[in-house]
Amino acid sequence: MADMAKTAGVAEKPVTTEPLLRVRGLVKHYPLTQGILIKRQIGAVKAVDGVDFELGAGETLGIVGESGCGKSTVAKMLVNLERPTAGEIQYKGEDITKLSGRALKAVRRNIQMVFQDPYTSLNPRMTVGDIIGEPYEIHPEVAPKGSRRQKVQELLDVVGLNPEYINRYPHQFSGGQRQRIGIARGLALRPEIIVADEPVSALDVSVQAQVVNLLDRLRREFHLSYVFIAHDLSIVRHISDRVGVMYLGRIVETGTDAEIYEHPTHPYTQALLSAVPVPDPDAREHRERIILSGDVPSPANPPSGCRFRTRCWKAQERCALEVPALAVPAEFRGVGGPAEHDSACHFAEEKHVVP
Amino acid sequence: MATTASHTATGTATDPAAKLLEVRDLHVEFRTRDGVAKAVNGVDYAVDAGETLAVLGESGSGKSVTAQAVMGILDIPPGRITSGEILFQGKDLLKLKEDERRKIRGAGMAMIFQDALSSLNPVLSVGDQLGEMFVVHRGMSRKDARAKAVELMDRVRIPAAKERVTQYPHQFSGGMRQRIMIAMAMALEPSLIIADEPTTALDVTVQAQVMELLAELQRELHMGLILITHDLGVVADVADTIAVMYAGRIVEKAPVHEIYKAPAHPYTKGLLESIPRLDQKGQDLFAIKGLPPNLMNIPPGCAFNPRCPMAQDVCRTDVPPLARVTYEGLTAERRSACHFWKETLRG
Repeated sequence: MADMAKTAGVAEKPVTTEPLLRVRGLVKHYPLTQGILIKRQIGAVKAVDGVDFELGAGETLGIVGESGCGKSTVAKMLVNLERPTAGEIQYKGEDITKLSGRALKAVRRNIQMVFQDPYTSLNPRMTVGDIIGEPYEIHPEVAPKGSRRQKVQELLDVVGLNPEYINRYPHQFSGGQRQRIGIARGLALRPEIIVADEPVSALDVSVQAQVVNLLDRLRREFHLSYVFIAHDLSIVRHISDRVGVMYLGRIVETGTDAEIYEHPTHPYTQALLSAVPVPDPDAREHRERIILSGDVPSPANPPSGCRFRTRCWKAQERCALEVPALAVPAEFRGVGGPAEHDSACHFAEEKHVVP
Repeated sequence: MATTASHTATGTATDPAAKLLEVRDLHVEFRTRDGVAKAVNGVDYAVDAGETLAVLGESGSGKSVTAQAVMGILDIPPGRITSGEILFQGKDLLKLKEDERRKIRGAGMAMIFQDALSSLNPVLSVGDQLGEMFVVHRGMSRKDARAKAVELMDRVRIPAAKERVTQYPHQFSGGMRQRIMIAMAMALEPSLIIADEPTTALDVTVQAQVMELLAELQRELHMGLILITHDLGVVADVADTIAVMYAGRIVEKAPVHEIYKAPAHPYTKGLLESIPRLDQKGQDLFAIKGLPPNLMNIPPGCAFNPRCPMAQDVCRTDVPPLARVTYEGLTAERRSACHFWKETLRG
């Protein structure tokens, strides 16, 4: 079965150094209109406003951020559920945002999604067999009609469900089991990339660990690459090789898990990390907490310059005028070590916030 | 369930009389079409003024139902309190008439809910909702109540309180709405606050703000706080004592520092090992196998036995009492409902 994954309908041969996925200047603006008959655009919600990242083969990229930072919109654009306003998503060197018809269908087979809510993302009137087998209706070349049932049962087994449950309905399963069904559906077409949008947020703690372990095992077994989107920083650290931190439509800092968690240089990352409660009561006395004031500004009217400046304790005049680029800050350039990673801040500074 | 009687005898024997709130051997069940769901099966806990008790548990563990029974907001029917006592400042609330309980609700104890948007009335301004507390309980005029509402909003640090008092809940952000919920709970300066997952719906940076505010107000007013949560991180941050619930019972109760150092119940141990850590990059997470039990069909013996790596024959037949845990260096009271707490404690 493994060889099927390689028969993707993409024309270009991947260069060896080419990442699997390369995102450049990705933008999504949702228009705000006024008027009922004659709609005039009066502005735009800038949900995603210039995002760049790369995903290598076999790698897990974690994207963290608070609600409204645009992380789910990025996920939807990666699987082509939303068309970007601008920017490129290159899959093996080919820009998939320009594709349509047959070429798009072929690419979509290789990038699949696992959704957050296992209660609403499964059709209650379809059996588990129909849900997991539905991708084969769209891509019949993956599994001929006669072998589908068997393939679905194999998938159930892979995600740790009893293959005999194939004729049951979603309501007969618990939340964790439903998320396994969602994962099995994502795996059905043997994709190379799985985009998982908050896949464990809706689950109880004891069940969460089961699903996280399952995702980890599947990555190794099927050589998958993950884009793992979540608001829970602890889970992202556990599962990711590299992490990108988003704030108000932009990535503000990116690096390996050790670089981000142990040597953060962007003030937002530092505040975010310091706010996470750590399950260690001894830490509460000697741990420094950065408590941010206020709320995230509206993405319809983001602050000029650095978007974090309205809540930042370091903000100066320069921050309102100049947009900081996502690059290694000047003070860390060439110094080597874990502080040398991309951080979009004019006044980047290393700070240990995780005990 | 035959052995629950013996455990209550040990559970109440050592408690001093003058607790702010004491729940004794509470049983709550829900009658549904499919059968009787035993949501709470003999819960004992106590909170003193100034103390924070965290009630930890997963969905269906009975942590919220216990709190609703204490507040007197349980839906009856289908819910039914089958036995137990809820002593508030020495008075058994379950013996009071509804109008007497109503006087205690708000003035004596108050509750903060998880979802502020659905707990606030969308068609009343926040000022009217905050002021209502004073009009109903204190008999104030609307004008005085409005002034009080502004004062409260200032106190929970909502910027521009004077202007915003006429706004409606949807005009506030999630964090600000939770502040309004806190303001409403604090309005009559109750001696007990029950917070049911107060920050679960909030982002981490906002969660930190709200928890800090809550802790500060608690200190100022010297209130007892029952914090209901599933988040082991939040608990470690604020609690004095933890009660871990599973299938409607408290399975472990301990001072916060002790429980994180060495859990005395396999369920607590499993929970602590199954959460990914911010400060460590772990290998495979430990996962508690299986699922929480169906409350209509709780396994005999210890309810956790089908999922427990240490289960023996005795666990499948005898309900373990919430026994006293003792070891050298332990000064406070600590309890575990496990036949093998000594072995669990050793690791």
